[in-house]
Parts: sequence; C-alpha cells; structure tokens
Amino acid sequence: MERREFIVAQLSFRNAVRDALAQEMRRDERVIVLGEDVAIGGVFKTTAGLLDEFGSRRVWDTPICEQAIAGAAMGAAIAGLRPIAEIMFSDFYATCWDQVVNEIAKTRYMTGGQVTIPLVLRGANGFGSLGFGSQHGQACENWVMTVPGLKIVSPATPAEMKGLLAAAIQDPDPVLVFEHKALYGAVEEVPDGDLVIPLGRARTVRPGRDVTLVGLSITVRTCEEAAERLDAQGISAEVIDLRTLVPLDAQAVLESVARTHRLVIAEENPGQLGWGASLSSIVVEEAFGELAGPPVRVSGGNIPYPVASVLEAEVAVTPDRVVRAVQQVLGISAPTATAVPQPAAIN
Amino acid sequence: MTQETVATRRFVEGEGLNVELFQRLVFTRRFLEKVDTLYRQGRVRGPAHLGLGQEAIAVGVGSLLRPGDRSIGTYRGHAHALARGASPESMLRELLGREGGICAGKGGSMHITSVEHGYYGSYAIVGAHLTIANGLAWADQIQRNDAVTVCFFGDGTVNIGAFHEAVTLAAVWKLPVVFVCENNQYMEYTPISAMIPTARPAADKAAAYGMTSIVVDGNDLTEVRRVIGAAIEDARCGRGPALVEADTYRLKGHSAADAGKYRPAEEVERWRARDPLLVYREQLIAAELLDDSAADQMWTDARDELNALTEVVLKAPPPDASGAWTDLWSDGSSSWRN
Repeated sequence: MERREFIVAQLSFRNAVRDALAQEMRRDERVIVLGEDVAIGGVFKTTAGLLDEFGSRRVWDTPICEQAIAGAAMGAAIAGLRPIAEIMFSDFYATCWDQVVNEIAKTRYMTGGQVTIPLVLRGANGFGSLGFGSQHGQACENWVMTVPGLKIVSPATPAEMKGLLAAAIQDPDPVLVFEHKALYGAVEEVPDGDLVIPLGRARTVRPGRDVTLVGLSITVRTCEEAAERLDAQGISAEVIDLRTLVPLDAQAVLESVARTHRLVIAEENPGQLGWGASLSSIVVEEAFGELAGPPVRVSGGNIPYPVASVLEAEVAVTPDRVVRAVQQVLGISAPTATAVPQPAAIN
Repeated sequence: MTQETVATRRFVEGEGLNVELFQRLVFTRRFLEKVDTLYRQGRVRGPAHLGLGQEAIAVGVGSLLRPGDRSIGTYRGHAHALARGASPESMLRELLGREGGICAGKGGSMHITSVEHGYYGSYAIVGAHLTIANGLAWADQIQRNDAVTVCFFGDGTVNIGAFHEAVTLAAVWKLPVVFVCENNQYMEYTPISAMIPTARPAADKAAAYGMTSIVVDGNDLTEVRRVIGAAIEDARCGRGPALVEADTYRLKGHSAADAGKYRPAEEVERWRARDPLLVYREQLIAAELLDDSAADQMWTDARDELNALTEVVLKAPPPDASGAWTDLWSDGSSSWRN
C-alpha cells in the first residue's frame, strides 16, 4: 500500500470512487470516463465534479447502450487510451455480455497478443437490503469469474475502494470493479493523498486461531461482525478480505487454513457456482490434510432477489448465518439450519 | 444501381484508374481461391469464410486509407487484412496451423488481425465490432489525430442490436468512423431480402441516424473509391460518421463448407457477369492502361506466388504447444491465481 501523505480525512465509499477516478485522471491524461449520466455526476454520484475538473474531452455522456459503451471503451483502450466505463448496475452486464466476454476478454489472446486492453468497467453491485429487487440487486462478480481474461475487484471499505480502483485503472488489462451499493454511504478515516492497493493480494482484516472466515465486498463486514460475536463465545476467527477474485490470492487462504484448519466462506451471490465454490475446491484439493472438517459456504439464495424487507432478510447473508456456519464446522451444536436457506418444499 | 448512387453522375471515365489496384484484386482473388482449395483438401483448421466476389470493396477502401487510419472487419476478413498490407504468408501460416501464424495460432481464419498494418481484427460475433470501431475512432477524436476508422460488416448485421447501438453512438458523438455494409445479398443461407422490412438493409436505415443514404456499386472498384473516399474524407474533416451500403455478391457459399446451392443459377450467372475483376479489367483496357496479355500475366504471377508460399508454409512445423498458455494477460501469462 502506497501512501504519500498522512493527513487523515473522513471519506465515504461513494466519494472514494470519485477520488480514485480524479486521482488517476490527474496522473494520466489518457484516463477518460464514459457512461450514462456521468457528466452530471452519475446516479450514485460517483462521478461528481469530474466534468468541472477535467472537461468534456475526458468525461463523456452516452445514450442508454451498454453494448456501445463497453465496445467504445474497448476500442479506445486498444487505441492507447485508459477508458473507465460506468455500467450503472452490474445486472446490466447481461446487456453487454457479448462485448465483455467475447471481445474484451478474448481479443488479446486470439490475436496472439497484438492488442492490450487497459480498461475499467465499474458500477453498482449487490443486494444489501435496499429493495432494488431482482434486476438491480444482484451480486454479479461470479458471472465474470467464469470467463478467463477479466480481472475482478470488489472492495469492502472506502479506503479499499479508493486504492483498488486506482490500481484497476493503472492495470494494463481489463478490470471489472464492483461497488456495493449498500456501502456507498459507508464512511471511514482515510489518509489524504494518493492511494494505490495492488490487485491480487488479500487482506487479513482480523487475525484468529480457530476458523478462517473469507469475505468479499460487503460480506467482509458480515464476517467481522460474526467474528466479534464468536469472540464473545471464546472462538477466535480470522477474517480475510479477498479484495479481488481475479487475480485470486489463494495462497493467503491456504496459509490461513493451515493455521486454523477450518474454513467458512461468505458470498452474497447465489451459491450455484459461486466464487466460494472455486475457493472451496482449491482448499479441498490443495490443503485437504490441513482441514479438520469440510469447508462451509454461506451464500445468497438460489433465487432472483425479492423486495419486501422480510423476504430480503430471509435470503440475506448475515452475521448470524456465518456464526451458525462456524458452529457447524466446529461441531459445537447440531446445525438447525443449513448454511444456504433451501425450503424443502421448494428445493 | 439505384438513384442513390450519386457517384454515377459525377463519374469521369478513367479517373483514378490504377493497374496496381487490379494487381491487388487479382492477388486477393487468388488468395481466397487458394484458401478454398486448401479447405477442400482438409488442410485449413476450422471454418473459412471467403469473400470471393466482394474483393473490390476491401481493395478499394484499402487504397484510400492512410498510415494511421484504422480498419476492422468480420470473420470474412481475409481480403480486408491483405488490403492493409498484412502478410499473406503469416495469414496462410495461421490458416494452416503452422508456426508464425499472424495470430500465433490462436485466431484462425475468423480472427485474422494485423495491428501493425492498421487492421484491428476480424470479429466473429455479428455486429460486435461496430461498437469497437467506435472506440478506435473515439480515441482519434479525443487525441485530435487526423485519422479515420472504417468498419466493414455484412448485410445480416443490421438486424442485431449492436448495430443500432453502435451507429447511434457514432452519430451522437460525431465520430470519424465510416461503416461499410457489404451487402452480398445473403444473411447466411437465407436471402437478406426475406429478413429485412425494407428494400435495403443499411441504406434505408441511414435517415434514422441522421445520416445520408449512400449506396455504391461494390463490384466497381472505381465507384467504391470515389463514393467511400468521399465519406472517409468527410469523416476525416470532422463532418461525422457515414453508413455506406455496397452492393455485391458472394460468388461462393457462406463458408467454404457451403456449396451455396440455395441460390438460383441465373442469379449467380448475372452476378458473375458483374465480377469486380471483370469490371475493373474492362475499365483499364478501355483506358488503354492494361491489355489482355498483361492481365493474364498478373493472374499467372499471383497463382505462382501463392503456390510457392503455400509450399513453404506446408513444410513449416506447428506452433510450440506452450503457446496455448501465453498472452491472455498483458504480461504474457495466463495465470489467474497464486
């Protein structure tokens, strides 16, 4: 982590996005921003002030056309610029999935390395009790993880957001940055000045001895809260923030599990082929002998997301579910509920 | 051609005629025929979509572009790569799965790319590359480069969503991009006329994007150069993008595997009589810039050159297997985890 100045300031997650964009736009005039309503500041106010500071040659409003947005970013990246395209809600990747998967991810490889594609696609992601429903509320990181050629960043705090987004912009390859919409209002003290956090290095949020809890984005906080409750029960939980799914810091998890011998993974997306399944398989294949029991995943329900508060709460990944999963792997009490809610009548 | 071929009225016989362009047409035709033959011999890896009969568009536009200009095309893109100066030997190496392929063996026939020559690739998802063409042109616009991007696509493309999004954005941003629809009359196996609500796939849509409807005889190299040349210079001067429909005909099937038997014989014969090589040859002969024996010699030379190239390439070894694991990321690796 590179920090040049040490004046501490209060920074929100939302402003961390804007600060990272501005930081990199000041550093490199090739960095440009495009997307729907970005000139006026964006629907989540994550591009506020950029037009005033950098002008209309650096900040471009687009029609509602995700395919054209992703494709324009790709072409400009190939031609030597550093475009950052806002995809307003990550659910909308489905509307430009071809550009993301078949063009952005594959073209460097299939041209034998004739092009590089240094671009960032970024936008609001995740569920998080905001009532956005099925088409604006999914956690979509694991969609992208099925496709080789795309880096995936999903920060957990304002400082993390600023530093990881800056690194994503500096990265020479395509990076998708997921901004949890329930975190936009989160505030923490962040050192003033430029901040860059390298991609591919997990962060140990809290050390522990008895179990490893792995989270990403908002579930890092979920794991921290679970760890606090477990602490009161005399259970010492280590919390790891993966930060990036690609590159994946598998070694950080393997090293932690070698000490704790137990693993609980908290992921917000549906459990069907979630990123936790990949991580779990790596640990089982490469550290089976270290495990005192099977890894347990706490994931979102295998359903499109509901809206009513009580329904949202039913499928949310909560500290309580993580605590129960830990109790399960420790054999402390017979699990009364499975980690993933799956009513027998439905599933 | 229709009344939209404004070009016809201003046509001055002999203007811009150039024997070298005929030579390029001949070489391109010979190249595509060679690929067809190699495909039939089972030597080409994967499918091969040939633009036999459509060469005047690629060659004509290629002759108009300057160093620094960019072009981008489809899986039917061999002629377009050659037209920018891509190496026929590297292309053959790619097609035949040998070392030194233009895409290192990872692209094949449908993804021929030669960035060093300004040809930014052949894309095999219909419509997708129109959006990328915008990005190339946008970079030039932002950096105030005096450059134009030309994007080739087929008639079937106008029905896919990416076409609409791309042409819209190009128009809204006034990008220096020229979209060239090669209307070869067939979507794949189905006549395009059965799949569009109006007579012309691209030209009839131009008005919806605030653009002029432009149709050109794509089998007449002289016309291609004049009409598309004007669109390119407009774009270069900041007058915005253009959508050009070039009428042409695919003399063979959709791919080398398709005999194209669904096409009426008289239709094929009618278009054979309008073969772009015949059209340009007649123009050159009429202008006394070429005679039959010189033209025939060009055919023989191109055949001999490609036969010799093919012989060399067929003797070359396959690429090193380790190449499968390179160049996913810009550091040359393909590793996703530690």
